[in-house]
Amino acid sequence: MNSIVCIKQVPDTESIIKINAEGTGIVEEGIKYTANPYDEYAVEEGLRLREKFGDGKVTVITLGPKRVEETMRYYFAMGVDEGILIQDDEPGKRDPLSVAQCLAEVIKGMDYDVILCGKQAIDDDSAQVGAMLAEFLDIPQATVVSKFDVADNKKSAVAHKEIEGGEEIIEIQLPAVVTAQKGLNEPRLTSLLGIKRAVSKPIETREMNVPEAKMKITSLERPPERPPGRILKGEDEDVVQELIHLLKNEAKVIG
Amino acid sequence: MAGIWIFTEQRGGELKKVSFELLTVGRTLADRVGEELVALLVGRGVEKLVPELATYGADRIFLADNENLEDFLTEPYTSVICDAVKVNDPSVLLFSATTMGRDLSPRVAARLGTGLATDCTGLDINDAGLLSIKRPMFAGKLFANVVFHNAKPQIASVRPNVIPTQENPRAGEVVKLEVGIDPSRVRTKLMEMKKDTGARVDLTEAKIIVSGGRGMKGPENFPILEDLATALGSEATIGASRSAVDAGWRPQSDQVGQTGKTVTPDLYIACGISGAVQHLAGMSSSKYIVAINRDPDAPIFQKADYGIVGDLFKIVPLITEELKKMVS
Repeated sequence: MNSIVCIKQVPDTESIIKINAEGTGIVEEGIKYTANPYDEYAVEEGLRLREKFGDGKVTVITLGPKRVEETMRYYFAMGVDEGILIQDDEPGKRDPLSVAQCLAEVIKGMDYDVILCGKQAIDDDSAQVGAMLAEFLDIPQATVVSKFDVADNKKSAVAHKEIEGGEEIIEIQLPAVVTAQKGLNEPRLTSLLGIKRAVSKPIETREMNVPEAKMKITSLERPPERPPGRILKGEDEDVVQELIHLLKNEAKVIG
Repeated sequence: MAGIWIFTEQRGGELKKVSFELLTVGRTLADRVGEELVALLVGRGVEKLVPELATYGADRIFLADNENLEDFLTEPYTSVICDAVKVNDPSVLLFSATTMGRDLSPRVAARLGTGLATDCTGLDINDAGLLSIKRPMFAGKLFANVVFHNAKPQIASVRPNVIPTQENPRAGEVVKLEVGIDPSRVRTKLMEMKKDTGARVDLTEAKIIVSGGRGMKGPENFPILEDLATALGSEATIGASRSAVDAGWRPQSDQVGQTGKTVTPDLYIACGISGAVQHLAGMSSSKYIVAINRDPDAPIFQKADYGIVGDLFKIVPLITEELKKMVS
């Protein structure tokens, strides 16, 4: 079972995000880059499929600058076999469409049963590349998947998709693109042996002409500050009375 | 040809509220650029929904009604939408940023070779007559103003619960679309649709959310939040922080925050939630936030409109009791 996992390196959630001088991007200095959490579920699923079927390999692929190799090595330490880095020194200028076009271009020539992605990256929160990639490769897609069972013949799978107020269970022909939601699995921790082995695993670097982005950021801004709130003080009974009064008459959010 | 197009979302023959939100904003955009507002309605036996779409401002309704469109499946829905776009060449196409819209819109954008902006919270027309969009990034730490470049149609998905709906009745002339679906091109099949067993509304659609965190101390204490939600009425539901979900106290589908759901209710009541940045990412655009927590330094108080420092196990039942008195 061959899996290709599309990954992205993103700023750690705890990082302080500053707007750069041009006002259209962020200041990279001081940011701690890390694995996108949803990608970890995608990678884990690829590893589990390789283990279940006892054959094939797991390849991670990404578009980005050299620093992305660090995140690749982390996945290697989890057990991923190899990586492909589409070298891109201006990741801030890309939109999901241009990224999906590049990934599709490379993946077209590869041998795979399933392509796994995180359901979204936590930097631009676009949640687009998986479905776009499926379209460019002309294969079906299952997005926001929390359970994935591949049939023994590897020709199809059953995917559980989270939807509002419930779950859709679909049968999907393979190869397909699957985007991972939290709950799909519990990603493994890296072992010391894994970290040692990761050093010698191969990263193939590709250079490509990235198509021009269709979507452009003209400016970035901070969200409007919420007006300072109020701490209600007093005996529990009085505080509760006051809260209900405020919700009813000031906020007007209860009847 | 031109037009502002809305993909109106229905499931099981019922329109989602967000469809009316999209029509409301679409009507404004259409009037600004002097183009017609078109509602795209896809499904089986859904013609009965036409009058509602006209009420919210649709000049025309493009109807794709076919037995193969009964269940939402990405591939046939993509084909129907893209075929109609190719013939009619709209300038804007809007989806809802729901699971359906988020699944469908990137596939449509890729097939049409155009750009897409996800989860928009503001839409306007700029001086050049192009769509200008505001959307959150970095879990809401920043907002980006976005425009499209050499892209037609300009596609966006819009976050639910952000735009207040407004009726604006129009003719709503129905145009029936030819639907030709090649079954060999449909490579997924809906096997089962499972509804959450709880009788409550979904988190992303709720007007009021009562949410519990680590301070709830265990799953056995959530009934006090259930009681409060019940007292708040049928549009209230239960949420949870990541720590409550990871501890196994609540299902994953209840999680609010970065690895859970983004919610925008009118009222969010955070009980025993400290307010980690990941949690705030999912709920800080709620209209009003109430925080109940023992720790006066909990970051949640910085986001809360009304804060109560105290024992939630005393406060929450008191609120429930008072609400019940109001009703009776």
